[in-house]
Amino acid sequence: MIRYITLRTLAMIPTLFLISVLVFFIIELPPGDYFESYVSELRSLGESADLAEIDMLRERYGFDQPQVIRYIWWVGGMLHGDFGYSFEYRLPVSEVVGDRLWLTVLLSTVTILFTWIIAFPIGIYSATHQYSWGDYGLTFLGLLGIAVPNFMLALVMMYFANIWFGVSIGNLMDRQFLNEPMSMAKFSSIMSHIWIPVVIIGTSGTAAMVRRLRANLLDELHKQYVVTARAKGLHPFKVLVKYPLRMALNFFISDIGSILPAMISGAEVTAIVLSLETTGPMLIRALQSQDMYLAGSFLMFLAFLTVIGVLISDIALTFLDPRIRLGKGSSK
Amino acid sequence: MIHATGRNGSDRMTRQELGIGMDLLRVEDVKVSFPLATGQVDALKGVGLRVLPGKITALVGESGSGKSVLGQTIMGLQPDFARVSGRVLLTDPAAPGGKVELLGLPRDGRLIRSVRGRKIGMIFQEPMTSFSALHTIGNQISEALRIHEPISAKEQRERSEDMLSLVGFTKPGKVFDMYPFELSGGMRQRAMIAMALICSPQLLIADEPTTALDVTIQAQILTLLRDLQQRLNMAILLITHDLGVVANVTDEVVVLYQGRIMESGPVDDIFRRPQHPYLKGLMAAIPHFGMKQGERLRPLRDIQINRDKLMTAIGGAKPAPKTSAPEILLSVRNLSKTYQTRDQAWDIRTSAKPAPAVDDVSFDIKRGECLGLVGESGCGKTTVSKILMRAVTPDAGSVIYDDGSGPVDVLAAKGEDLQRLRTQIQMVFQDPVSSLSPRMTVGNILSEPLDIHRRGTPLQRRETVDALLGAIGLGQSARHRYPHSFSGGQRQRVGIARALALAPGLIVCDEPVSALDVSVQAQILNLLKDLQKDLGLTYLFISHNLAVVDYMADRVAVMWAGRIVEIAARETIMTAPVHPYTKALLAAVPYPDLDRRLNFATFEGNTALTSTNWAPAFRAEPDAVADLAPLDLGSGHFVLARKSADRNDLKP
Repeated sequence: MIRYITLRTLAMIPTLFLISVLVFFIIELPPGDYFESYVSELRSLGESADLAEIDMLRERYGFDQPQVIRYIWWVGGMLHGDFGYSFEYRLPVSEVVGDRLWLTVLLSTVTILFTWIIAFPIGIYSATHQYSWGDYGLTFLGLLGIAVPNFMLALVMMYFANIWFGVSIGNLMDRQFLNEPMSMAKFSSIMSHIWIPVVIIGTSGTAAMVRRLRANLLDELHKQYVVTARAKGLHPFKVLVKYPLRMALNFFISDIGSILPAMISGAEVTAIVLSLETTGPMLIRALQSQDMYLAGSFLMFLAFLTVIGVLISDIALTFLDPRIRLGKGSSK
Repeated sequence: MIHATGRNGSDRMTRQELGIGMDLLRVEDVKVSFPLATGQVDALKGVGLRVLPGKITALVGESGSGKSVLGQTIMGLQPDFARVSGRVLLTDPAAPGGKVELLGLPRDGRLIRSVRGRKIGMIFQEPMTSFSALHTIGNQISEALRIHEPISAKEQRERSEDMLSLVGFTKPGKVFDMYPFELSGGMRQRAMIAMALICSPQLLIADEPTTALDVTIQAQILTLLRDLQQRLNMAILLITHDLGVVANVTDEVVVLYQGRIMESGPVDDIFRRPQHPYLKGLMAAIPHFGMKQGERLRPLRDIQINRDKLMTAIGGAKPAPKTSAPEILLSVRNLSKTYQTRDQAWDIRTSAKPAPAVDDVSFDIKRGECLGLVGESGCGKTTVSKILMRAVTPDAGSVIYDDGSGPVDVLAAKGEDLQRLRTQIQMVFQDPVSSLSPRMTVGNILSEPLDIHRRGTPLQRRETVDALLGAIGLGQSARHRYPHSFSGGQRQRVGIARALALAPGLIVCDEPVSALDVSVQAQILNLLKDLQKDLGLTYLFISHNLAVVDYMADRVAVMWAGRIVEIAARETIMTAPVHPYTKALLAAVPYPDLDRRLNFATFEGNTALTSTNWAPAFRAEPDAVADLAPLDLGSGHFVLARKSADRNDLKP
């Protein structure tokens, strides 16, 4: 077991190395660099650029060096916590991202909890009452939820919130708390804002999860062991919770791998529409302006989370599913 | 193990006081129907039967006869949408009037739940899927105790371990904490029995309890059930399709056909004086030992096949066998294969060597013969077939195929040769459901091999498909239908037709009838026999059912633990076996014949089949380098034994 975890963890190293090469390569793909696009942007606005400063920055960040050297600097810096310098914000990447990162994590965590709390009971109901009116109704709502794009829902909600309640539902907190240190007032402001993006972002996720939980449960509900448990005299609800639901949980755990990166990058478009102070819009902006360290660190961070997420779900599965833990080879 | 009976002693006293004539369970005019979009299916059309206390009552019928539905209905486990009427009376001294009517109880309510597991236990066919893989055996066994009897966790464990040792586990404490998939099929079925009996029910409903098991394990489980039934003085309602099992263990028999009871009575009457044509037909459809050469099984419903068309479609495409063609079609030499388990794949040090799946297997298949390959699950017979199909690569050994156009090394064939070989060796699979794509019509399934190997024009392919359908007794209309609209036997016929499409030289039949009903089994076996005769086919017929192999094969090879322990002509194996394993295998077959009952004493304990009980001549010497080798006993009879073995030990 320990051996498996160690091997599994060590296997992350080559994976991350390959990802870093790939990320660096992709970022370098477009012609030119940040400074070129910055200068041309200034020129198009009719302003003159301070070429001396730009040349100095170029030299300082090694843009005159060959790619391999720059790659080594970039990766080497990340290894001891230096994620580079955002040219656009003129700040180290870690400071630019800082506040936004934990707001994103907060928003995503709440969204996931929301999704699970809503999806579980509905999924269980749909599976146990298959082809009933309740199932059809919930399926219809769920499909609507999957079909309506999040940003669309955001726009619609913004419109009606304005028309009916006269409130603006954008942002994650009131204006005056931006860039303020954390306080009770700021926290409550966030809490009063957060439910709107949670509902908007969570809708499609909830709907998708209901459908998957329903499908997984339906597979399990007709298995022989369910009948066996009922034949022992166990209450039907206890049967459901102890056996099929437990079995259907596996896919939630395997999901962790994709949930973690989705937390950071997810819902960019919605975030832009609602002007949320999360990392999504920033990543898009960084990619547009070729702010390479910011974008690169972001992508690396996402990759890291994916790899960690898969690791966590793999290890969790080995703990939770004895077939993976003890099963040697195949079993009939 | 006294207290399983002791605890419920008072119950049993009362039952005995009630007298022997009292039924434990009485089913009266039970009707079950399932409303479907297209109408309704009547699964049971007014069924009545009784189960006497302390007796084994068999409920016999083919799939679709409604026997499992009846078992479920008694427990109130039938699907929600089923419409049920009639009465099921269970004798319960504690109830007013001494009887409880089960069908009238609220569905899944407290009353019926107090009957389930406590008064009536149930075991099922599939020991693997009947357990949840995520919970330990102990957890699942003691669950019924937790539900029905308020006792401490320690007592639960004690009772469960007692029950586990009662069903034959030598280390119940260890098994308690194991997971179901860590046990073999037979062991799982034992655990399943322990689970059903933990609350000492008065009635055990056993739904095909041995169907998924090997014949030797089946004999052990039947022995165990009989033993427990006598020891605990419990009644068993044994649901089965196997008349051999019925003849060996039951006291009373009820024959069910299409939701109606055809015949019922004591086992003697049923077997010696069957009245109903259905029962007579069923008896004639079972392959049994000692059938005369050329004697045919009589299926309940014969299928009409169109031979002439088939001969032109397939026989014509095949070049006439050259007179110079060698006698031996396929020659297998020293085949070995060891599967690596996942742990070992991770492990750099290969410390413990796993047991090989196939170990030094050699045999020949002669042109036009049917070689039977017999053995229990896990003995490596399917691995051999997969190697022949090039689906698994062996670690060592050679396979030479020669249909007259020069020998081909099956394991090394590449490109053109391999493509040609693929047309020459075909396979018929065990499971007719999963071996046909549900998304292709039968016509597509049959023409796919022709398309792949670009045989003829599209029109000719259509004609071949028509001829194939005729050959298996399905009409032209079958071409446009999907596999799900056919019955299991019809699907298996489609599988056979698919294997025939390319006019192969060798067909590997991997348990082709073990998923089918008795009457359908006879159809398929006759079809295979006819096709072999007409087309001069060669079969490798893999099966665990010795009676079926006896009916089909010309020669028989017996496999055990990856090795062929005995190979000889069919009559020799069946009448004068030498190897102890072959003998044990033959002794374990339940005959549908009251005068040839199983010798249950042989199967008490689990040791009868392990090699430690064999005569030393058949056991590998612990430190010998020179292993066992096939010894020639003359006329093609080989048996695996020590080279130094005394010839006297090798007498049948």
